[in-house]
Amino acid sequence: MNQITVIVPAPLRQFTEGRDSVTLDAGTVAQALSELTSRYIELRRHLYSDDGKLRSFVNIYLNDEDIRYLEGKEDAGLAVGDEIRIVPSIAGGVATAVEVKEVEFSPEEMSRYARHLILPEVGPEGQKKLKQARVLLVGAGGLGSPASLYLAAAGVGTIGLVDFDVVESSNLQRQIVHGTRDVGRPKLESARDRLLDVNPGIEIEGHEVRLTSHNALDILSGYDIVVDGTDNFPTRYLINDACVLMGIPNVYGSIFRFEGQVSVFYAKQGPCYRCLYAEPPPPGLVPSCAEGGVLGVLPGIIGALQANETLKLILGAGDPLVGRLLLFDALRVRFRELKLRKDPACPICGENPTVKELIDYEVFCGIREAEAEGRRLEASVPVITAPELKARLDAGDPIRVIDVREPSELNISRLDEAELIPLKEFPASMARLVQSNEEIVVICRSGRRSAYAVRLLMDAGFSNASNLTGGLLAWSDEVDPTMAKY
Amino acid sequence: MRVTCLFFAAYRDVFGAEQIELELPQGSTLGALIDDVRARAGDAALPRQLVAAVNREYASVETVLHDGDEVAFIPPVAGG
Repeated sequence: MNQITVIVPAPLRQFTEGRDSVTLDAGTVAQALSELTSRYIELRRHLYSDDGKLRSFVNIYLNDEDIRYLEGKEDAGLAVGDEIRIVPSIAGGVATAVEVKEVEFSPEEMSRYARHLILPEVGPEGQKKLKQARVLLVGAGGLGSPASLYLAAAGVGTIGLVDFDVVESSNLQRQIVHGTRDVGRPKLESARDRLLDVNPGIEIEGHEVRLTSHNALDILSGYDIVVDGTDNFPTRYLINDACVLMGIPNVYGSIFRFEGQVSVFYAKQGPCYRCLYAEPPPPGLVPSCAEGGVLGVLPGIIGALQANETLKLILGAGDPLVGRLLLFDALRVRFRELKLRKDPACPICGENPTVKELIDYEVFCGIREAEAEGRRLEASVPVITAPELKARLDAGDPIRVIDVREPSELNISRLDEAELIPLKEFPASMARLVQSNEEIVVICRSGRRSAYAVRLLMDAGFSNASNLTGGLLAWSDEVDPTMAKY
Repeated sequence: MRVTCLFFAAYRDVFGAEQIELELPQGSTLGALIDDVRARAGDAALPRQLVAAVNREYASVETVLHDGDEVAFIPPVAGG
């Protein structure tokens, strides 16, 4: 038996009466941990699973060497004065990968980060961790804007951005990393300029591609944390799976109109996105921001919460949202927290995973099928082009134009000649049309919903109906450029 | 027994309400409640599995419900 010291990390000190180190006598690492957990019973369930094995996310270091790589592992012998360090991987993932002592701060940085440096939870050590950290944000849009601005301002040393879009004026209502002068520029360039203006001392790594199953592992490799700020289900499942396979945390945020969700999916310590939503919803159930609208400040709040979680993970401070889903309702200003559980049958992070590599997420989410079906539908109905419709209306031809969009969409653009029958009400209203023999043209934003309505008319035996192909988008492009596109 | 169902995001449109009270036989499971709720959605497309939390904890369909339970239905959301 030799006297050794066990170093206890901050998150576990609540179980050791606040002690940051414990001195005890032991001959092996296993004996030392056994003695420690018999002194502090509550610590046991945090370090060991029910079958008595060390939990996978608990890393034990003996004199700065991971015991997994030592001869004998837990049975490795101890000498007097040895130091055993318990490192929960979330706090350690970033912290231990970093040789903190190599980082030096300039006087400018000392002053820039002064409000962090005086916080005990950050301090110079924490600020060095931030500088060494590498965070990848997927999406430089509504969520990525506030998240990237705060991470840059906080001094996260390397920020990777994945986006291939161009800034559009309809983005500016919420995507605050971009400005009016940036409209038309690639989002990556625009975001890089703004973030380096906020903090010239950081590195921005741009990845101007769509994240796919082929490039995701390459792009993610080398990053400590991924922040999911995408706007579609296939990419969300792709990010989840890639993070699980690479063993890194996924700081998740998502928004819809006035409501948002935040969590940290980290399979080493808790559930992943698939444990919560095993399957994607059928395409079309959940409208996108473009179709459903979103309050501009909502992604600001949710994206800032994602930045908060990211900083906590880097610092190893506080309790991350692992195993918790935070819901926010902006209209009622209500936060609700739900406990999540890891699904033992989860296909990627469960006990017997069946997904061992990245898959085709567009197929998984039924996107290809829905797209193909939409195209088949559009091809199956008679069409009229925007210039043709314009000419016929100008000639005074008796055409009944029916707009099947939602009433709120009429505030953005409308054809004066059109009457509104939202698609939801169309099947019920159709009966009174079928009696007449007038010519009908159905319109919507893109020509998809109107094709569906024309199909309904045809199936009901009405043959003199056609679809405005390309919808009002085509009308704006080919007839009237003053018509707003959305 | 009576349980409260809460709907979030797009489910508020689908079910036309943020909150409804439902009367269920004693001993009903979450699975039975989900079937009941699904029948109220009409022909709206719903995910094959509805994710629900009972008293703020994500729950499986076998979970037995009790009088006064609060069941929250949380749709997947993709916006960003």
